[in-house]
Amino acid sequence: MVMSQILLEAKHVVKRFGGLVAVNDFSVDIPESSICSIIGPNGAGKTTFFNCVSGFYNIDEGDIFFNGASIKGRSPDKIAKRGILRTYQNIRLFGNMSTIENILVGMEPLLHSGWIASLFRTPSNRREEEEAQARANELLNFVGLTGLGDTLADNLPYGDQRRLEIARALAGNPDLLLLDEPTAGMNPRETAQTTEFIRQLRDQTGITILLIEHDMRVVMGISENITVLDYGKKIAEGKPEEIQNDPDVIEAYLGRGAAASSTIDL
Amino acid sequence: MSQSPIGRAVRYGLLAGLIAASVSAIGMVETFNERDIITGFLTLGQLLLYSTSIIAGYLAVRTKDNEQLNAGPALLNGFVAGLLTAVPVIILILLTVAFPTIRNSLVNVSPALINALTFGQGPYAGSLILAAVMAVLGLAGAAFHILPEKVEKPLFNGVMATLLVGLFSEVLINVFRPFPRQIVRIFFGTKGIQPLIAIIIFVAAVLITIWWEARGEQRFARRRASLTEEDKQRNRRITLIASAVLVLAAPWILGLYLTEVMDVVGIFIIMGLGLNIVVGFAGLLDLGYVAFFAIGAYMMGLLTSTGELGIAGMNFWMALPISVLAATTAGIILGIPVLRMRGDYLAIVTLAFGEIIRVLAASDLLKGAIGGAQGILKIGKPEILSFVFIQPQHFYYLILAGIALAWFVSSRLRDARLGRRWMALREDEDVAEAQGINLVSTKLLAFAIGASFSGLAGAIFASRLSSIFPHSFNLLISINVLCLVIVGGIGSLPGVVLGAFVLVGMPELLREFAEYRLLLYGALLILTMLVRPEGLWPSQITRRELHADAEEAAREGPQHEDIHPLVG
Repeated sequence: MVMSQILLEAKHVVKRFGGLVAVNDFSVDIPESSICSIIGPNGAGKTTFFNCVSGFYNIDEGDIFFNGASIKGRSPDKIAKRGILRTYQNIRLFGNMSTIENILVGMEPLLHSGWIASLFRTPSNRREEEEAQARANELLNFVGLTGLGDTLADNLPYGDQRRLEIARALAGNPDLLLLDEPTAGMNPRETAQTTEFIRQLRDQTGITILLIEHDMRVVMGISENITVLDYGKKIAEGKPEEIQNDPDVIEAYLGRGAAASSTIDL
Repeated sequence: MSQSPIGRAVRYGLLAGLIAASVSAIGMVETFNERDIITGFLTLGQLLLYSTSIIAGYLAVRTKDNEQLNAGPALLNGFVAGLLTAVPVIILILLTVAFPTIRNSLVNVSPALINALTFGQGPYAGSLILAAVMAVLGLAGAAFHILPEKVEKPLFNGVMATLLVGLFSEVLINVFRPFPRQIVRIFFGTKGIQPLIAIIIFVAAVLITIWWEARGEQRFARRRASLTEEDKQRNRRITLIASAVLVLAAPWILGLYLTEVMDVVGIFIIMGLGLNIVVGFAGLLDLGYVAFFAIGAYMMGLLTSTGELGIAGMNFWMALPISVLAATTAGIILGIPVLRMRGDYLAIVTLAFGEIIRVLAASDLLKGAIGGAQGILKIGKPEILSFVFIQPQHFYYLILAGIALAWFVSSRLRDARLGRRWMALREDEDVAEAQGINLVSTKLLAFAIGASFSGLAGAIFASRLSSIFPHSFNLLISINVLCLVIVGGIGSLPGVVLGAFVLVGMPELLREFAEYRLLLYGALLILTMLVRPEGLWPSQITRRELHADAEEAAREGPQHEDIHPLVG
């Protein structure tokens, strides 16, 4: 595949919590319209890196560039408006709001109507609301939640909640979508569906997707590029086949003894 | 875990008895005895005391899995529960015999109380009578429970209707004041309703319920079903116009005193609607809400007072927007330092802010400017041309306009983008921010708009009373407003109105309650949380939230195996 322009570029990122270095001198390039994965054992610093990118944490050293501009030290809402939106490892929907309301909140970066305009329901305010509603319904159909618009997010089945989280992130029209373990807790059939969905999403919209995932079938199946983290450090990087046979990766996952004789089990 | 029925009877009986003894010991029974419900027959105090054994008897028969006890054991249970209700009360009576000095520590255990408890028959004979009466009432409670529903419901409605009319007879006497005295006397005693009228109300309520259950409900449903969409719309319009006329005519029907009560309730409704935005919509627990009320009131006072503290001698209408603006600014000023605070910390800081404002208002430091403990006097009244708002009736309309404005703003914002941002903030602040919501502006808008309603209420409050004093702005106001928002149903606009009527209106109407206002609040809050955690008139959202389990169970069944296509 021809490498296109770099969308997200992390340069020597360091994040410390007291004495613990959660992310240590980590660099990664995410090309535009690619699907990339970050993998690594539990506690390797994957989610911490996500939190650095989305602005929850301020990074201690290094820098992160998005679309060529640094996003270091920006607040989460500013980063969201620039086009990075995400989902969460443990689903974090607005549980007591309806499905459609969740998506409408997700559309926040695109809406401009002020509160005074909404007091008087000015024509422009009404038009924006109608368009937002229509788009929210489209997204609802897109992720397969047709007809569930008025259901409370908390009352959705688990798989639907995962889908709704993705829809909420997509609602803001991001350039980069960060998915934190999108198939966690899913059965094999749901996992296969979700994998297919992510691939189609990229193919249809050209969005860039960066995901954290434990399920090797998903990772090896859809990633164009994989970065492996262990103890906050990058230990390998490359195409799925390369990662699969990398002795360092096998050691990190299975221990030193296994490294001599195995590959990562698919 | 199975529990022997008689064990329940003992438990409920003693529990109810403890409640009966406590309300007696704190003087509630004696105070409430001054209000007749049915003239010469039943006082509020007696109702309070004896309802404990009826309820104990009723509850003692109720089993968890709703299996019916046989009549014999059920009645026995009720009897035991009722009898045991008397035990703690009798202990209280005997204590006064054993320790005549008990009044030194329990000041409310007066001879008059003991006399009332023992039917004037002396401690020993009286105790026996009390035990017998309570046992019979417990029996009645149990009997009531084992009656078939067809009988139970009309009886219940009959009793409730009679008690309600009796309880609010003072209000009704006020409403009927244009009629000749002799006619009113037929219906009402000096306090309470006449016994004959009570019986008529009881019978009427029973008959209406029986008719409704047997025929009316079906007929009504059938008529409703046959209505066209157009008819429904017309009915809705008629209802709307009728209620508007009623609301507008209310002060002239209710009379001076009741209108005054309505004014107080209305001011609390405006504040409640404001706090509902902060707490209900945005989920920011603000315990210092009274501060903005005070700022609105003081600003109105300073700007319009013709006394020595007045600084501008403005008229009310000029001062009103300035007062509201001052409160709004204060809301933003409070909002900025607490932007990063959540939950408990936010509650404590806002609490302190409320106290600071009150202490400042009362302090000698600012005495020269805002009057210290002497407050501000001679505050201006609203005028339109040469018409001056003086009477409670005039202020009623002003307050009504305030409520309408606050309601309009609340409902429009709730359904708009800002409302969604507030709710997202309430649900999960971090995620809301990561979705592109600017926390600073969203929170500040909640504080500012909430504060502006409170400032509006304060400004009207000051003008209505003509004078304000720092002690009117104590912590209790904040607690009152918060309670009415919670009891009414957090996040719900009609809930605020209902909550204000129950928590502010009731103690105003039933003066005896005023002394026990905090006890009433506590009891009501606990009761609401236990029986209706979503509040009296919940918003759509909270109702769904608290009954999610049932909904989910309903969804589970048929839809369990359907597969949602991932890409539509």
